[in-house]
Amino acid sequence: MAETLIADQHAHDAAHAHQFDDVEQQRDAATMGMWVFLATEVLFFGGLFASYIIYRTLYPAAFAVASQTQDIVLGTTNTAVLIISSFAVAVAVYGAQTGRRRTTIWALALAIALGVVFLVIKFYEYYQKYVDHHVPGPSFEFPAPYTEPAKMYFTLYFLMTGLHAIHMIVGCGLLAVMIIMARRGDFTREYHSPIENSGLYWHFVDIIWIFLYPLFYLIGRHLE
Amino acid sequence: MPERIVTVNVYAKILAVLLILTATTCAVSYIDMGRMNLVVMVLIACAKASLVALIFMHLRYSRHLMSIVAVGALFWLGILVALTLGDYLTRGWQ
Amino acid sequence: MGAVTTKTEEVQENYLNAEYGWKSWLFTTDHKRIGLLYLVSITLFFFLGGLFALLIRLDLLTPPGDMMSSEAYNKMFSMHGIIMVFFFLIPSIPAVLGNFVIPMMIGARDVAFPRLNLLSWYLFNIGGLCMLYAVVNGGVDTGWTFYPPYSSNFSNTNVAMAVTAIFIAGFSSIVTGLNFIITIHTMRAPGMTWFRLPLFIWSLYATSLIQVLGTPILAISLALVAAERLLHLGVFDPAYGGDPVLFQHIFWFYSHPAVYIMVLPSMGVVSELIPTFARKIIYGYKVVAAASVAIAIFSFLVWGHHMFVSGQSIFIGMVFSLLSYAVAIPSAVKVFNWTATLYKSSVSFQTPMLYAFGFIGLFTIGGLTGLFVAALGVNIHVTDTYFIIAHFHYIMVGGAVMGYLGGIHYWWPKISGRMYPEIWGKLAALTIFVGFNLTFFPQFILGYLGMPRRYHAYPPEFEMLNVLSTAGASILGVGYILPLIYLAWSMRYGEKAGPNPWFATGLEWRTPSPPPKKNFLETPVVTWEAYDISGQPDLVERLHNEDRIYKSALQAEERKREELGVETPAEGA
Repeated sequence: MAETLIADQHAHDAAHAHQFDDVEQQRDAATMGMWVFLATEVLFFGGLFASYIIYRTLYPAAFAVASQTQDIVLGTTNTAVLIISSFAVAVAVYGAQTGRRRTTIWALALAIALGVVFLVIKFYEYYQKYVDHHVPGPSFEFPAPYTEPAKMYFTLYFLMTGLHAIHMIVGCGLLAVMIIMARRGDFTREYHSPIENSGLYWHFVDIIWIFLYPLFYLIGRHLE
Repeated sequence: MPERIVTVNVYAKILAVLLILTATTCAVSYIDMGRMNLVVMVLIACAKASLVALIFMHLRYSRHLMSIVAVGALFWLGILVALTLGDYLTRGWQ
Repeated sequence: MGAVTTKTEEVQENYLNAEYGWKSWLFTTDHKRIGLLYLVSITLFFFLGGLFALLIRLDLLTPPGDMMSSEAYNKMFSMHGIIMVFFFLIPSIPAVLGNFVIPMMIGARDVAFPRLNLLSWYLFNIGGLCMLYAVVNGGVDTGWTFYPPYSSNFSNTNVAMAVTAIFIAGFSSIVTGLNFIITIHTMRAPGMTWFRLPLFIWSLYATSLIQVLGTPILAISLALVAAERLLHLGVFDPAYGGDPVLFQHIFWFYSHPAVYIMVLPSMGVVSELIPTFARKIIYGYKVVAAASVAIAIFSFLVWGHHMFVSGQSIFIGMVFSLLSYAVAIPSAVKVFNWTATLYKSSVSFQTPMLYAFGFIGLFTIGGLTGLFVAALGVNIHVTDTYFIIAHFHYIMVGGAVMGYLGGIHYWWPKISGRMYPEIWGKLAALTIFVGFNLTFFPQFILGYLGMPRRYHAYPPEFEMLNVLSTAGASILGVGYILPLIYLAWSMRYGEKAGPNPWFATGLEWRTPSPPPKKNFLETPVVTWEAYDISGQPDLVERLHNEDRIYKSALQAEERKREELGVETPAEGA
């Protein structure tokens, strides 16, 4: 009798780790942990944003001219794609909160698909840069007098969007794991911290892009 | 703290606003407003980011501590940018 | 839940003997075992870094620097700096003592994320192995600061590997900090309010803030150097319109606060030691707690004082100079509060307390010379001289290492369940204090006279002071080896320690030594203020009993003397 009780208790608290008093404390810790992690991510990207701000301040004209070489259609499309994927992830979390497993799975699948679309467009853009000799290195070409500062613009472009793309790839992997967990029925109305935290991560990556988009695609448009 | 569940309806409205803001910032960037272009662009980006953080990331419905963490991170980045810019902008001063 | 055990069995079972075998250590998620794993790792790095220091000092024994070439010397001081900063000082107190005592101090069973905690140890060691690879495979010669363009375009040594090593170890530091912040926020025992937390917790909370907010910036700055070296994506390369000074800004944005990652935990240890060994509530608890957080915040506003001669603008130099003075205020507040705590207290001069006194004295010297170098004019005179070397060693070795050793001795009975030999402890503490001052005080004078840092040869008139310094270093070396020997000895042969050998008030002393696997036999409830012994009647009674035994022993001694007819020395004679 007692054993069955304990076994039941155990099944009920499958996700309850020993160091916490209750599930609520555990969820609080998980959410806060994720936010603090995102704070470190803000500063990780922040070093690059700071570099961008400094060099943009030093070379405003070159940055404006260099930004005009970007494909505005691809950039804007990608922004929309990412925002819609963020919406899908929000819906997936909603599905987990309300116990709608199918909603969760399909929304996550949509988010991953959109993430892949984003990456494909991004790598097509990288390819275009290669064709246009806009990749910093020996074959770099840009009309004078902006050759050097434009090189800096493209260096920052590749570093920042590259780091962002790495985060996107990690994010897609995380969401894929969430699909597996959701299919297994790991999430309940009470316990869904993993999917919530993966969602936070995805939204964060979206926010980074929301800033990258104007900084790299839009700053020089009005001078065209 | 009990969770507050946001409906899909709200998410959809936010999505619409975000897409409209994206279109706006793209369109406005072609209008020559001098230095104001950058300001408008950054403000719209901040508005979009805030919407994602507040609604999609549930910051509005979470404990205040999470907002403190988020604002704190931005504040710290602000320190880095402000004091570094403080160097570059005053290099010409004699 | 595990097997059901009776209470008496649980008392005997502790975290050390609960499980055996290497797997039970390498796959443990117990914060206490992870603390010990860290202790082993950082001790190895400490002695490796110490070896480089010894080689540096030996080379400087003679003016021409006969022992090694200038290239070899450049590698020696670089690897000494990198290993000591990133692989010893930064993880020292947080990862060893913090891991061990934080959950116990706040009355928790473990940290919030035990598996992440283990991951942090593995990351640290992977980073450490990368560093060792860089050391044996050509070394690094950029100095621990990795300034471009030398590090990115010119150095022919293993910079990329060293940078990768620090990048990885940096993430272990972030994970530790994150874990502590969440643990302190969410896992405090009933009644353990924020202002009942021991000051060690406050200082480690402040440290964790720096680790979490600063380390990512270091990671990105080093990643940029690596990108410049390997991919030629030169963010700091003047050929691309880049500015090397920007690297210094980003690097020091982390690396100045990093100094406080090293010294804040030591301040926390000292704030534990002084109330315990002076038998008094700390003076101005809230001020000391707030000073920790203030130091953490101020530390991010002063980095430019490392760059007064870098070509940054004079105006921002003045701002940084002013802000640097401001950071002295909370530091001084702490020193005053410790001293005020000592006033009219009954101090017992046991080994940990000796380290605490050492810390206060040496930290004060280090801090006051910090004011000298925060002044723009003086700074230009002593930039890149031995004055700077002496200044930061007084903070990092005189401050951080003293606090670390004090903490190790203080919590050793809790960690091992055994007492260390007190006489040897005192001897080592004194040896280290003497050796330290002999090593580094002459360097203040050398620097003031103009001997530059990072040169392997020097003019003959500096020989005397350099010989003194090298002599001191050898004494210091002996002082550091002593605890290694007698602490290891005491693990087997030391006197058994009770749960609370120091009559300390923290929760970690209200559980057996060594503690059981889940820290407490039952979840503690806190009803007393920090350091207030009167809140724990059992402790007060024990103290009274001890006092009575002590007094009766004194009386017996006196009677004996009277019987033997020996005159007691008159008072005041």
